[in-house]
Amino acid sequence: MRYIGKEMSRVDGVAKVTGQAKYAAEFQVKNVAYGFIVQSTIAKGSIKSIDTSEAEKQSGVIKIFTHLNSVKRKDKDDAFCALQNEKIVFNGQPIALVVAESFEQARFAARLVKAEYLKEAHLTETEKAPTVDSRGGKVRGNPKEALQNAAVRISAEYTIPIEHHNPMEPHAAIAMWDGDKLSIFDKSQGVKEVQRHLAKSFGIATENVSVVSPFVGGAFGASLNPNYYPFLTAAAAREIKRPVKVNYTRRQMFTGHGYRPYTIQKVQIGASKDGKLQAIIHEAIGNTSTFEDFSETPNGFGRTLYNCPNYDTPYKLAKTDLPTPTWMRAPGAVSGAFAIESAIDELAYELKIDPLQLRIINYAEKDPDTGKPFSSKALMECFKQGAAKFGWEKRKPEPRSMRDGKWLVGWGTATGTWGAMQLPASIRITLKADGTANVGSATADIGPGTYTVITMIAAEFLGISPEKVKFELGDTKLPNAPVQGGSFTTASVGSAAHGAALNIKKKLFDFAVRDFGFAGVSVEDTEMAKGFLFSKKDNSKSVAIADLMKKNNLTEIVENYTSMPSKERNNYTSMAHGAQFVEVKVDEDLGIIKVTKVIEATAVGKIMNPKTSHSQEMGGIVWGIGMALQEQTEIDHRYGKMMTTNLADYHIPSNADVHTVETDFIEEDDKIINPLGIKGMGELCLVGIPAAIANAVFHATGKRIRTLPITIDKIL
Amino acid sequence: MAEEFKCLDEIQLTEDEQALLNEMPELGELGEARRKFLGQAAAMGLGAFAINLLQQQEVFARWETPEDALFAPVAEENAVAVKLKINGVEKSLSLDSRMTLLDALREKLALTGSKKGCDHGQCGACTVIVDGRRVLSCLTLTAQCEGKSVTTIEGLADGNELHPIQASFIKHDGFQCGYCTPGQICSAVALMSEAKNGEASYVSTNIRTNAKNIKLSDDEIRERMSGNLCRCGAYPNIVKAIQEVHSGKEQAQTWNFHKPEENLAENKEETNNETV
Repeated sequence: MRYIGKEMSRVDGVAKVTGQAKYAAEFQVKNVAYGFIVQSTIAKGSIKSIDTSEAEKQSGVIKIFTHLNSVKRKDKDDAFCALQNEKIVFNGQPIALVVAESFEQARFAARLVKAEYLKEAHLTETEKAPTVDSRGGKVRGNPKEALQNAAVRISAEYTIPIEHHNPMEPHAAIAMWDGDKLSIFDKSQGVKEVQRHLAKSFGIATENVSVVSPFVGGAFGASLNPNYYPFLTAAAAREIKRPVKVNYTRRQMFTGHGYRPYTIQKVQIGASKDGKLQAIIHEAIGNTSTFEDFSETPNGFGRTLYNCPNYDTPYKLAKTDLPTPTWMRAPGAVSGAFAIESAIDELAYELKIDPLQLRIINYAEKDPDTGKPFSSKALMECFKQGAAKFGWEKRKPEPRSMRDGKWLVGWGTATGTWGAMQLPASIRITLKADGTANVGSATADIGPGTYTVITMIAAEFLGISPEKVKFELGDTKLPNAPVQGGSFTTASVGSAAHGAALNIKKKLFDFAVRDFGFAGVSVEDTEMAKGFLFSKKDNSKSVAIADLMKKNNLTEIVENYTSMPSKERNNYTSMAHGAQFVEVKVDEDLGIIKVTKVIEATAVGKIMNPKTSHSQEMGGIVWGIGMALQEQTEIDHRYGKMMTTNLADYHIPSNADVHTVETDFIEEDDKIINPLGIKGMGELCLVGIPAAIANAVFHATGKRIRTLPITIDKIL
Repeated sequence: MAEEFKCLDEIQLTEDEQALLNEMPELGELGEARRKFLGQAAAMGLGAFAINLLQQQEVFARWETPEDALFAPVAEENAVAVKLKINGVEKSLSLDSRMTLLDALREKLALTGSKKGCDHGQCGACTVIVDGRRVLSCLTLTAQCEGKSVTTIEGLADGNELHPIQASFIKHDGFQCGYCTPGQICSAVALMSEAKNGEASYVSTNIRTNAKNIKLSDDEIRERMSGNLCRCGAYPNIVKAIQEVHSGKEQAQTWNFHKPEENLAENKEETNNETV
């Protein structure tokens, strides 16, 4: 391989470090008007009256939209849609959009909009809210009985607060109409999703909606759903017949796109004295809204990880008067892992078995749920390499047994796993006679490096250097691709790029057989490089690609290709795995916790670009530090209102919070998942970290913290 | 050094800005790699993306305002006149007195490189350099900048010739989504002059010394960069990118392959490709 597997700097790097990369709100549009969202101050009830008269008098105000004069959505689903009726279903719900000539004018006038409400009693506490059953997987064996009969049992409850994605770029859209054709710049993880949503909402043809999103300033799941602002923005633009720009404020983001649900999990484990798991009952409740069910099955996490014959995962949703939650990096898995990987650690102390050893004892060689083999699983190698690098064998098993001066030292471990998924994806490659290629697919690059990795794959199999490849994404004019989420982008779009390039080679090969004496050579034995198609076995068989095209009066070859997950995948379970080793230092007098070292050993198939892969790993670790120690959206239940809605009150890790981070890639040669052996990693790298940190905190302090985040007050 | 910033020198710089540029350490290996990289950058990075973006923007440029489009009368009650220098160019602006420097850059001057992350001075994405010091442009009213000299991310590179900090951010992958990056880079550039001036931070061990040209430890860089949040979590790479330019010493990578048959060296760069 010339490029694949080797480190490559981002192809969009220069654009990003020079400020040239344009994010949704940054496109220059003539005569754009600015919309500012007004939000409800109650959590439940209805708008009795809304007075916009004072606001309308202000300089620069063009129009104010409320439920009384707004565009109504043509197509209805459960998702929240702004300004449709007088009902209030969460605190912070948009109740008006003030559109003015400038941002300052719109913001000022927005403060003058006055609403009167008919309040109803609200319920925002997950613990008290009514529940409905959700899917939770089949019962394996007879967990209740096995638990009763187990020699050793533990039972514990774990709580995860609401957390918010907080990408650095606030959500924004600029919309404009030309007749019944809508163009919109949007922050999106999937332009085709936004296109479908807007077409249905306005009752117009899909092809009449153009969505452009070339750069996304982080999203982490917050832009998987279309959210309410693109429709709101487009509706305003249609009414005033001008382009309109709406930008969430940081505060509006907390109620504008969903969040990681509040989750309560009870884990009961039964084991034999030698550490063999006998039964796991992992119950979970996650909050959702009153109007839409969101489920992420956090308790599904351990089912494929541990060889445990009896397993049950009941799951319920609690209907709260809050906005609907959504997927947030490693949805379900990281929450489930916090519970299971903490509980396994608790069991290890109970059994007096090393926590890593306990995981090895219960290692699943095949998928315990289905009995299918894993297409690849190098988790054992991750355990070995990660432990060796970390120096795990030097760990003293007793809590509070390791010190560094005044600091208590704790070492913890946890395992992460995430499905290695692939979805159908299309791509178009145009190889030109001059040796350059245009590549396009309507995927996104929210930060993992999709621009770069698809460029590398195309370059690799077209046999041209990456700077000759121009890859476009984030535009609905491009071939279909799934949303960027679930860590399946490279497996999906990368497989398409690979397939398209091979088809181009096949076309050229057919010309070569016909016109240039390639008879007797098989296409598999040929390669494209440096402008030539040649046989790898027979030096005499070589022809310039430009000549092949010229002979056929072509200036370019266009290949539209759709890759599909192979049928063979159905015979296997495909997962990505990782082992995490964490060192924390705790100042018991002050309650300060520092994560001083994280070693992450990861088995995610073939690494395409170690440089950007390492960055994703690092990002996952930083997210894990945030989730374990800092992040929490607090709700004042008296008002049903999210309170920590800014970056001073909602803490995320800063530079000083992050110390040594090292990643080891344990490569797997997995030909079953897809031809290039790609698994995803963006979620996996986060999954085990919060539990590993909590386990390290226990090892350091002897305090088992089962409610995140592990803040100073819980240590003192 | 002087040659690298030739075009920047041609524009008018404040004394502080000039000092900032002059004190950049010699780059050694980085400089070599940078030249190699910039050749490619001209061919692909900036070129290709600029073209894509212009095409996408054109969708809107073609749009014609219909006759019945709604416009609101605007009273000039809040207007203030401000003269300032932005990236070396004199600007005379008439704008709403409430307009922050960040909004003036983004909404008035089409300089969207400075980012709005929180609008509350909590995230650092809007960091620009005013008279040589890093400033949160979202907490700065444009009217406060009368007579001042503002350098934004757009003013750091000289055409295709990147500022050393910009090049180092690419080399060390000091970003992912790129949204906090302009603020990080402006912060890092100003940080260099803080070190040069011997300014102390919260973690400085000796604040009584008046020593200039202090060598910053990684902990010092972490502390001094903690006003710039990065949600993608690129912090360790940001520290490496800054430390390499600050110390002139190449920083090691922190990833590894474990595959017995594969030598790590094989995964390093081949000639003519990729890495800075």
